Amino acid sequence: MIRARALGLFRALAVPVTVLVLYELWFRLTGQDSDTLAPPSAAFSAFLEAVRDGTLATATGQTFASLLSGLAIGGGLGLASGLVIGFSRRADDASFLAIEMLRPIPSVALLPLALMIFGFGYRMEIFVVAFATFWPFLILTQSAVRQVEPRLIEVSRILGLKPLSAARDIVLPAAAPRLMTALRLGTGIALVVAVTCEIASNPQGLGHALMLSQETLRPARMWAFLFWIGAIGLTLNLSLLRLERWLFAHRGDYDASVAT
Amino acid sequence: MTTATATRPAAVSIELDDVSITLGGRPILEKISLAVPAGEFLSIIGASGSGKTTLLRLIAGLWQPTAGAVRVAGSLVAAPSRDVAIVFQDYGRALLPWRTAAGNVSLALEAMGVPKSERADRIHALLTKVGLGSHAEKYPTQLSGGMQQRLQIARALAQGASILLMDEPFGALDALTRQALQDELLLLAADTKATIVFITHDLEEALYLGDRIVALGSNPGRVITDVPVALPRPRHQLATREHPNFVALRRQLFDVIEGLHA
Repeated sequence: MIRARALGLFRALAVPVTVLVLYELWFRLTGQDSDTLAPPSAAFSAFLEAVRDGTLATATGQTFASLLSGLAIGGGLGLASGLVIGFSRRADDASFLAIEMLRPIPSVALLPLALMIFGFGYRMEIFVVAFATFWPFLILTQSAVRQVEPRLIEVSRILGLKPLSAARDIVLPAAAPRLMTALRLGTGIALVVAVTCEIASNPQGLGHALMLSQETLRPARMWAFLFWIGAIGLTLNLSLLRLERWLFAHRGDYDASVAT
Repeated sequence: MTTATATRPAAVSIELDDVSITLGGRPILEKISLAVPAGEFLSIIGASGSGKTTLLRLIAGLWQPTAGAVRVAGSLVAAPSRDVAIVFQDYGRALLPWRTAAGNVSLALEAMGVPKSERADRIHALLTKVGLGSHAEKYPTQLSGGMQQRLQIARALAQGASILLMDEPFGALDALTRQALQDELLLLAADTKATIVFITHDLEEALYLGDRIVALGSNPGRVITDVPVALPRPRHQLATREHPNFVALRRQLFDVIEGLHA
C-alpha cells in the first residue's frame, strides 16, 4: 500500500522534475543571461526571499481575501438562484434570456465598470470574482435540482413530507455531490479571475506581485510567484477533491471516478 | 360527484370505478372497475404495457385518472396519503443512498412527526421484523438486493398504512431470495392485516401469494380475468405449488395470458 503510493508519487513527479533539471542544466551549460528567463535554482532562492521579506504572505493573503469573499457572495447567490430556477419552471422561463445574455460576458470585461464603481482595492476584485463564480453555481445547482431521482420525489410525496423537509431531507442531500462539484469548479475560476484582476488593474495580491517582478526586471522572482500560484491552485483542487470523496464515498449514487 | 358515502360497506378498502387514464394522448388504462375488500391480498398480473404500474400510481394518489373515480376507505383519492404505502420495484432508486438503513426507516417516522425519543425503538423493531436488525448502520449500497428490498418494506411498514402497494417488488431478485421474501411477506401480511395489492409478471408468484388474481390485458390496460385463489393458508413453497387448485389455476390463467400475446 505504502509502496504503491510511493510509486505513484514517483511517477507523477518524474516528468516535471526531469524537465526542471534539464532546464537548469541547459541554462548553466550554455551560460544564458536573460531578462525573461531564470533557472529553477534562482527562482527557488527568489521564492525564499519573497517568503523572508513577507511579500509572499501579504500578497497571498490579499488574493485569498478577495477570492474567498467573492466565492462566498457569488456562490451563495448562484446557489440560491439555481435552487429557485431549478424548482420553478416559471422562474426559469422568466430568467432564461437574461441569464444567457449576461453569462457570456467575460468577467475581465467587467473590470472597467468595477473600477468606476468601486475604485482600486478589495471591493472591485470581490465584485468581479463574485460575477465569475455566480454562473457555474447557478447552472450546476439548477441541473442538480432537476436531476434529483424522480423516484425519491415520489417517496417524499408518499411519506407526506412537507415541502421544507422534502427540500432539506431529499433534494439538498441528493444534489449535494453536484453542488460540491460546483464549489470545486467555482474555486478554480475564482483563483484565475482574482489573479487576472490583479494583473490587469488592481494593485494588490499575487497578480500584482507578478507584474511588479516583471516591471522591475526580476525574472527569477516572477517565476517564483508563478510557481506559487500554480501550487495554490493544485492544493485547493486536491483538498476539495479529498473533501468530496470523504463526504460521499459511502453513497451509491456517487461516482468516485469523477473525483480521482 | 359525491365523495364518501356512509352506506358503502366499510369492508371495501380500495375501489376503482370506471377508471381510465390517458398519458400523452395514449390511453393507458380503460374503464377499470375493481373493489378490493379490506385485508385482501390481491395479485395483479399482466404483460408489459398493460398499465400495471399506472394502476398502482392511481391508487397511491401519485397520478389522477382522466375519467372515473379512485376511492380509498370510501374517500376519493386526490393526493398521496399516509394510509397508503408503496414499495417500488427499483429499490436502488427508492432508498436514500446517503442515509443508513436506520436512517431510511427514520424518514417515514420523521414525516409522521414521531418524536425523536421514540424513533430509535421503533426503527429497531421494524428492522428486526424484516430481518435487518444487525444491519441498521449500513448504507443501502452495502446491502444485497434482497436486503435493500426488505429495507424498503420496513420503511413502508413504518408508515403504519392499512394499504400496501407493491410494484413487482421481487422482480429483480434471484429465485431463492425471492422465495424467502415471498414467505416473509405472507407472514407480515398476516401480522399487519393490511390490504395488499401486489403487481407481478410472474403467474406462479401471483398465485402463491394472492387471495385473488386480476389479469390485465394490454393496449390499453383493462381487466380481462378476475378469479379467487382457493388455496389454504398458511402457504407452503412446495405443498401449495403442488396443490390441485394451484395447478388448475395456473393452467387456466396461463392460457388466458398466452391468448393475450397471440
